[in-house]
Order: sequence, then C-alpha cells, then structure tokens
Amino acid sequence: MLQITLILLVYLPVVLITGRYLYAVAMQEKMVMDKVYQPIEHRIYRLANISQEAMTGKQYIIALLITNACMIAIGYFTLRIQQWLFLNPNQINNMEATLSFNTIISFMTNTNLQHYSGESGLTYLSQMLVIIFMMFTSAATGYAVCMAFCKRLIAKTDTIGNFYVDFVRVIIRVLLPLAFLVGLLLVWQGTPQTVQQNVTLTTIEGTSQDIALGPVASLESIKHLGTNGGGFFGANSSTPFENPTVISNMIEMLAMMLLPGACVVVFGLLVAKRFQHQRAWLGKQGTTIFAAMSVLFLAGLLIVYFAEQQGNPMIDELGIAQQGSMEGKETRFGIEQSALFTTVTTAFTTGTVNNMHDSLTPVGGLVPLFNMMLNVVFGGIGVGLMNMMMYVLLAIFIACLMIGRTPQFLGKKIEQKEMKFMALSILIHPVLILGFSAFAVMTSAGIAGVTNPGAHGLSQILYEYASSAANNGSGFEGLADNSTFWNVTTGLVMFFGRYLTMILQLAIASLLANKAINAESVGTLQTDTPTFTIFLVAIVVLIGALTFLPALALGPITEQLLMFG
Amino acid sequence: MNTQKMIRQASIAACKKLNPLYLMKNPVMFVVAIGFILVVVLTMFPTMFGESSRLFNASVASILFITIWFSNFAESIAEGRGRAQVQTLKQTKTTTKATRILADGTEQMVQAEQLQKGDLVIVRAGETIPNDGEVVEGIATVDESAITGESAPVVKERSGDFSSVTGGTVVTSDWLKIEITSMPGDSFLDKMIRLIEGASRQKTPNEIALNTLLVSLTIIFLLVVVTLLPMANYLNISLSVATLIALTVCLIPTTIGGLLSAIGIAGMDRVTKFNVIAMSGKAVEASGDVDTLILDKTGTITYGNRMATAFLPVQGVTAQELMEMAWLSSLADETPEGKSIITLAEQQGVDQINKHHILQTATVIPFTAQTRMSGVDLAEGLQVRKGSYDAMIKMATHVPNDLEEVVKQVSSVGGTPLVVMRGRQLLGVIYLKDIVKEGLKERFAQLRAMGIKTIMCTGDNPLTAAAIAQEAGVDGFIAESRPEDKIAVIKAEQALGKVVAMTGDGTNDAPALAQANVGLAMNSGTNAAKEAANMVDLDSDPTKIIEVVEIGKQLLMTRGALTTFSIANDVAKYFAIIPAMLMVAIPQMKTLNIMHLHSPTSAIISALLFNALIIPLLIPIAMKGVRYQPMNANHLLNRNLLIYGLGGMVIPFIGIKIIDLVITPLIS
Repeated sequence: MLQITLILLVYLPVVLITGRYLYAVAMQEKMVMDKVYQPIEHRIYRLANISQEAMTGKQYIIALLITNACMIAIGYFTLRIQQWLFLNPNQINNMEATLSFNTIISFMTNTNLQHYSGESGLTYLSQMLVIIFMMFTSAATGYAVCMAFCKRLIAKTDTIGNFYVDFVRVIIRVLLPLAFLVGLLLVWQGTPQTVQQNVTLTTIEGTSQDIALGPVASLESIKHLGTNGGGFFGANSSTPFENPTVISNMIEMLAMMLLPGACVVVFGLLVAKRFQHQRAWLGKQGTTIFAAMSVLFLAGLLIVYFAEQQGNPMIDELGIAQQGSMEGKETRFGIEQSALFTTVTTAFTTGTVNNMHDSLTPVGGLVPLFNMMLNVVFGGIGVGLMNMMMYVLLAIFIACLMIGRTPQFLGKKIEQKEMKFMALSILIHPVLILGFSAFAVMTSAGIAGVTNPGAHGLSQILYEYASSAANNGSGFEGLADNSTFWNVTTGLVMFFGRYLTMILQLAIASLLANKAINAESVGTLQTDTPTFTIFLVAIVVLIGALTFLPALALGPITEQLLMFG
Repeated sequence: MNTQKMIRQASIAACKKLNPLYLMKNPVMFVVAIGFILVVVLTMFPTMFGESSRLFNASVASILFITIWFSNFAESIAEGRGRAQVQTLKQTKTTTKATRILADGTEQMVQAEQLQKGDLVIVRAGETIPNDGEVVEGIATVDESAITGESAPVVKERSGDFSSVTGGTVVTSDWLKIEITSMPGDSFLDKMIRLIEGASRQKTPNEIALNTLLVSLTIIFLLVVVTLLPMANYLNISLSVATLIALTVCLIPTTIGGLLSAIGIAGMDRVTKFNVIAMSGKAVEASGDVDTLILDKTGTITYGNRMATAFLPVQGVTAQELMEMAWLSSLADETPEGKSIITLAEQQGVDQINKHHILQTATVIPFTAQTRMSGVDLAEGLQVRKGSYDAMIKMATHVPNDLEEVVKQVSSVGGTPLVVMRGRQLLGVIYLKDIVKEGLKERFAQLRAMGIKTIMCTGDNPLTAAAIAQEAGVDGFIAESRPEDKIAVIKAEQALGKVVAMTGDGTNDAPALAQANVGLAMNSGTNAAKEAANMVDLDSDPTKIIEVVEIGKQLLMTRGALTTFSIANDVAKYFAIIPAMLMVAIPQMKTLNIMHLHSPTSAIISALLFNALIIPLLIPIAMKGVRYQPMNANHLLNRNLLIYGLGGMVIPFIGIKIIDLVITPLIS
C-alpha cells in the first residue's frame, strides 16, 4: 500500500497546481510565458482566419463538430494510403476500410480502442500524423467543450468563449509543454524515440527476432496526458519499451490523472471566484465533486487490490504457491502497481494497460468494467467532469425536491427541458453498452469474436462496449475484435458515446446560461457540503448499479461465484 | 362525507380509471398495464414462450392488477376529498335566477347563466347574487358563507374597498344594483369549482420535470430487462417472461409513479382546506420557493386596532384626573380605540357612578376628518376632547412644556399619542399601542431559519415603524409607504434573484400583487386585487401566506421524499429477484440471497407484492404530505435523506422477508 499512498500523495499538490494553471489558461489570465506563446497563437489565428469572437453554445458545438469531422476525414485517408507515403521503413501495408473507420473514430473520440497492432499495422508517419496528432486534438476537444460547459454554468450569457481559441491555447500552453516534459522523463527511463527501422537480432537460440522501435516516447507522453491510451505497440504499457520501469509506470499514472483532475479544479475555482474567494485552491464546490470522485476511485482501487492480492483459488487447488494473481501481470510492477494502474486507467478513462485486464480475477475485472460503466470517476479530460455534472444535476434535482424548493444549481433553475436532456445524456451510456452487447450475443458475427466460453465470454463483450461507450479504449484483449462486425459496431458506439453526449451536455449548459440567477439563502440547497458528497456518491452508485447489475450478475459476478463456490 | 363512503366511492372510481386510454397518461403505470396484459395472455397460454407455470403467471398477473388499481385508488381518494365542497357550490350555482335591468329601466327575469359582462341586475334581500360584479347603487348586507364559510354578513356599498360582490353569495337586507363583471361560466365560483374538481389541474413545472425523470428511469429499466434476455440466452439460462415482467415492474418507479398525481391533488386540496383558493398549482409550488415576504403592518402584523395601554399626564396634572377625562371623552366613542380607553380606565378603577346620566344628557361631538378629534359636551357645561397632537394644540390656550416630549416618547416606541383636553387645558396623552399579533415573532424567526426574509410596509412614520418592526421581529420595513413603494421593493428584491410573496386587498395593491411572484389577495378586497393575485384567501387573514408557503414546500418535499424512497427500494428488490432468477441455472447464486427467501418463486412474488402494497401504505403520506418543520435546508436534507433514503433502502428488506414468511406456507 506504500507505493499507492505515495503516488496519491504526490498527485494531490500536483493536480491543484496544474488546475490553477489550467484555470489561468481557460480564463485568459496574464502569465509570464505570454511572450513566448502569444506570437505562436496569433500566427495560427491569422493563418486559419480565426476571429476569436465569443460564440454561443450552438456555434461552439458546431465549430467543434466540423473541426473533428475534418480531422476524421484527413486521418482516414492517411491510413488508407499510408503504404505509399514516406516514413515507412518497415514496409507496412494500407489499412483495411472497416479497421481504418474504427481506428480513426477511436482516436478522434479520445477512445484509442485498438483493433490493430501498432508495430505491424501503422507506418511511422501514421503513428505521428494520425495517432499522435489526434491524441493532442481529441484531448484538446474534450478540454474545450468542458470549459465551454463550466463557464456557461457560471455565466449570465450563452455567448462566451471561442472554440478555436480554447482549442489552440490548450495545445500550445498545456499539452505540448507537458508532453515534452513527460516525453523527456520517459526517454530518461529508457523509452525509445527514433524514426529508424526495426532492429533484427539473432537470439541465443539462433533464430532471428525483430525488435520494434519508433517514435515511442513522444506518443507515450501524450497518450497518458491526453487520457488517450492507445499504445505504440499492441501490448501497450506492459511492454518494456513503452513502460520500462517502476518510475516510468508512476510517471505514466500521474500523467493520466493530471488533466481530468485539473478540470475539476478549474470548475471548483470558477465557482469559488464567483463569490470572490480569490485565494481558493479548489473551492468548496470543487472539493465536493473531487471528494465524490475520490471516494468512488478509492473504493474501486481497494477492491481490485484485495481481489488480486487474494489470488486464484483454482491455482491454490493445484498446489501451486502464488503471491496474488500474477497471471497477465508484469513482475516489475507487481500486484500493487498493476492494481493501481488498472483502476487509474479505467477511472480516468485512458485505456492504457500495464497488465492484461482479461486475466484479472472476476471481481478484479469487475471494477474496471464498472468504472467505465459509471464513466464519472474523474473520467477522460473534460468529458468525465461533464458526465459527473449530469449526476450532480440529478442529485440536486432530487435533493431540492426533498427540501421543498424548485431545483436550482448555482442559482439557476433546473426545469423540464434540462431534465429531458440530462436524462437523455445519462440514458445514452446504458443504451450503447447493453443494447450493443445484447445485439452482439444475438448475432453469429458478434459471437465469433468471443474466445472464452460462458460468463467470461459475456464479460469480454460487455467490456468491449463499455470501453467504447466510455471512450476508454482498454480491452479484455481476449476478444478477436478485428472483424467487420466488431470494427463497425464499436466504431458507432464510440462515435455516439462521444458526440451525442457532448451535444446534449453543452445544450444543457446553454439553457442554464440563459437563465436568470436566483438568490441563495439558508433555505436553498447547499451543494458544497459533505452530505451532498455522500448523496452524490449514492446516486451515482445506485443508478449505475441498478442499470448494470443484472448484466454484471451474468458476467463477472457469476464467474466469481463459480470460482469461489 | 364519512370515510367509509369515501373509500367506497374511490374504489369504484379506481376501477373506472383502469381504462387504457386513461392509464396512458401515466407512463409508469402504463408499462405495468402492458406487463399485466402480457402475463394474462401467458396465464391462458403458459407455453407460448417456452415452459412456464400457469399458477405463477396468474399470481404475477393478479399482483400487477392490484398495483395499477392501488395507484388509481390513491388518485381517486385524493379527488374525493374535494368533491363534497364542489357539490355545495354547484347547487348554489344552478338555482340562481336574476333580475336584469334593461336600458329603458324595465326589469326582466333571466337565468343567471344568460347574464353577460356589463349587464345591470338588481338583487333584493333574500336573493342570490347571480355573478361577480361591482355595486353601482345601494347599500346592503351580504352573506358570503357559501364561499367563505364565515356566517357574519358583510356590508357592501358603491365604491371603496367593499364594492365587489361574488356570485353565489346572498343579499340579506336592503338591495344592490350590480354591474356584472365576468363572463358566464368564468366567475369566481366557476373557477373555484373547476379548481377543486381538478378539471383545470394542469401539471406544474416541477411535476413535469419529475415525470421526465420517472419516464427516463422506466426506459432505463426496460432496457435493462430487454437486454438481459438475450444475454441470459447466450449463457443458456432460460428466464420466464413473467419473471422478467415482474423484475421490470419492481424496478421502474411504480411507488412514486402511482402516487404522483395523488400528491399533486392532495397538495392543492390542503390549500383549499385552509380556505385559500389557488388559481394554479404553479402558484402553490412557487410559494414554496419564496425568499421574501412583504406584509402590511395593519391587520397582518398588528391587530387592525390600536389599544390604549397607558395614561401619561403632563406636569401638574394627576394621573387620576387624566384618566377620568379620557374616560369621559370616550364614553360615546364606538371605535375599537375608544372602547379600549374605556376598558383601560375601568380596569384602573375610574368612578363610573354617573355613567348613564352623563350618556343621556351629554352632547356627543363625533370624530371628523377635518377636526381630527372627538369628545363630549356635558350638560353642566364641561367640554372634554381627545384628538391628535396637531389638532389639539391649536385649540388650547396654553401648551404645557413637557407635552411635546411625552408625545414624541409615545411615537418613538411605535405608539399613537392621543392628547386629552378639558375645557382649553391640555391634560396629557393616552398611549395607544399597536399590538403585534401573538406568536408572530416566533413565526418570523422560523421563517428566518428557513431563509425567508420579511419586510413590513406601513404608512407610519419611520420612528414608529422601526419600533413595531423591532417588536415584531421583521427583517426590514418601509415607513410612510405608498402603493408604488411596494412595487419598487418587489422589483428590487426580484432583481436580486429573489422570489417575492405579498398580501393585499385594495385596488391600490393590484399592480404589486401582479408583480409579486406569489400574490395572496383577501376575499374582502376588491375584484381588481383578486384578479391580479394568484391566490385568494377566503377568510381574509393575511398571515395565512405563511401557511401557504409551508404547504408549497411540503408539496415538493412529498414528491422528492417518495421519489427517493422509490429508487432506494430497488436495492432490496434486486437482492430478492436476481438470485431468484438465476439460482436454477447457477446454484452458487444462493450466496446473494441474503434475505434467505424460501424459493425463487416466493422471492419474486414477495418482491412484487411488496411493490404493490407499499402504494396504499404510503397513501396517508401522499395525502397529508411529509412532516414539515421549519429548519434550514441542510438539516432538512439530512433528515429526509435518513428517513426516506436510508429508510427506503432498509424497509423493503424487512417487508419482503415478512411477506416471504407469510406466503411460503401458502404456495408450497
């Protein structure tokens, strides 16, 4: 537990400082580095003819969708013709149509579900121009929409912020500098960064082996920072080149925890500064939400940790001594760093893995699955906070009724229309996961991908769609997922899971932005108390558990009961 | 109406509401109804979707049926409570005939329904006023008990605040010529009938939003169950359709779904019981959100009348002298103030020997607005007067040095000074005090704890106003206020994002009543005020606004509490049904049967039966509303979360276990 405690202790101050910086970036505060950044930004604005004018919520989301659509189109064609382009020393072929569709949606939606293996499926150019590029832009998209959302909850107008400006600023001022720093740290730990072709060795057995290389460190850094998760190599962060040491493991975990947490801090500061609490670090409202997320995170972490520590009883029965369930784990990380990594990657919706989730004990595997089903435990950059805010609004709605007031948050009434959009945005997630899982088990094409019999097979399917809908991207890697069926269905799930939710959530923010602000008193609901944190956690768990429990009962719970009798 | 009769009528009405078209209005119950039909078909053809037990299907079907029926019953009970009142009102309406005065002055008998706006009618003693109107001629007493329940007749006359009459009330003496001011079928009485009957009951914004939430939860759980079937099939676990329907019905929020409309009707009914007519449910809900209450001083915070509380003589005059003269001056004074002076003097032991003789011989000088004083001239020549300071000093030969100081003293503590004069000599001051209504100070303190600010409006000078404000414990006051000041205050508060409520009765108040988010007009007031307000208090008791605020809060709280309860219930139902469903295929599932329910069948039936029975058990709470005590939002939330959240999680575990113990011997 020492290592876990240590990382979480380091995380707290780092996320608060980063959050404060992110707030300065979002609110366009003056900063020392303006001299360096501003000329670059202005050149980009001029080049792209960006007006920097404030946008309405509708204009904002349209700008976002068009920008994303253009990137999808460019990325798709690059993958389809990569064979003929430059930087292809390993002679890799063009990517097949449905796989390209899946890949491009996957990266644009910040999911990074990979139905290909990087070392054999992508050229260095594709890795850089498509994968790394989208890792930056998809993270920036999530950040931008989240800031637009948060500002509207506070503002008295719907015309606020400019998508292009938010998008450019976060890449220039946050993602690039941080990625550069993390990249250097990883190179220091031994991650390669090169465009040379693979090295072919003769092993001591006399056979030859390819050692895959490439611009790995630069991808690894943004892969975690941007909560992307798509590995350079098929085996992701469990391979020594992506994640060589315990130190690199910690760096990667902290990197993926950094910005989702910082977004919560920004929101906390926005609310706190509204009341002129200029010196707040997180603010009371921010603390409430951060605490609720932390409770869910720690509960999940402890369950995985103890489940994995306990090991597999069937191996005990064979008379083999085991120190926890080490199947699918790297010895250099052990149970502790693996359990933490698993919880972090699914809570913060990154999807990178340093151990095989398919091999986790049933309950150990249930936690990452449940994290993705909830999709609110910090979540991906920006979007995680927005998802949580839907539950916050829902909790407020019920709590306000219980105290006999018309529901309002930050002085703005939550009425039928907001309720409708909120309900829809909460509904999308189970519809995608349960609906498509049911569809997959009914079709032979779906079942064809399943490699395990019985309950574990169902867990694989649920995991794949939960990972897609939550834009996480990790996999129960046992699934044979590079087929037309799986490429297309998961592609659709990722697409709707990302954009439909975003549109609805920003629409809610726009509706709230246009509302009159009502006064707050001791008679109005305080949403920044410990009671509210507890109530929020209860609502999240209750709605989450009630929605997914039957499916989980058939999958991991059945598995667990069968294993332990 | 007695309870038994009410239950019998509600039972019949509940059956009538089983009509699918009616059920469609309540999506949650409609889903139950569809489930019911499916299970009925399965009872007739048990092998339609694979093997299933006819007896089990029949039990599920009957429980689903009573679930729907209970929900209808709750609604009917709520509706039944207002029905008796409507019957009386309707009778008043149908029997009314009217005497219309035509343009040439002749009279014509017509049915009340035929009267148009602008028609002139004459109503004589014993006749019923046919429709709402304004008195244009005559003076008469009117019995308004049909509407207010208050039997003492009220005087109505042309112009002023007592010129409006309500259709359905009865003239008891003299006659009135009335101009009809409302269209047929749109009178106050009609509105009241419609409101109580619930015909014009529109769903309130909060109710609609909550309904959206309930529909979404229903969709989520339908999805959960529909997708469960193929997943279970994939694992070769067969689930019976009746079990799946039972699971759906247990999970969707039937408890709150079944009681929602009853809660709304009962909430309105509680307002009506208080003799307040709310023009819409929206107004009642809005009153729960009130942040600022604007109250008139006179009649609301203080009793309308001032009471004599002390005699303050000037130097050189004894208290006894002043008391005697004050008593003399008021002997013929019939105003409440005058009577209170008599009472006080007699309490202090004034000599009453000559009372009758004096009354018979003295000349009474009545109060007029010009002289601003009153008194008596005794037969033996003594003149005694009492009146305002300004009026009296003009008549006196000499003004004592300390008189002004005494007058100021009285004003500064919120009192009204009346100066007493014998002949031309000023004797001293009668201290008339504004008496703050009992218990109001505590009420205002409670309101403050609830986050509601009170502002008092008064025509008094700032000094007096401040004193009364302090005594009553209001948060703010406007002295020397004019009607337009009220609107200014309301607008200022609203600009701060506050919801404002006010009471009023005069025509002057109409704009302010309209501007306020919640306006409560007094029934004794003008039609203009009543029309501008969104609530009318039939008893004309302005303090009632406080109760209305509480009822509004209670209405929302009841909905919130039962929603929380309904959702929290699902946890236990899951622990009953999921293991039961899967136990046959996966025997290890018994680990999750933490309630140790007897068999899969008994578990499912118990959960479903609990789900049905909880509806009638909660009807009393839906009718009365959850208990409300004024306290701040945080305490209120903690309390209700403990009772309805935690309670909602624990109670079904106990309930389902008990039902399981009871039904086990019956089904095995």
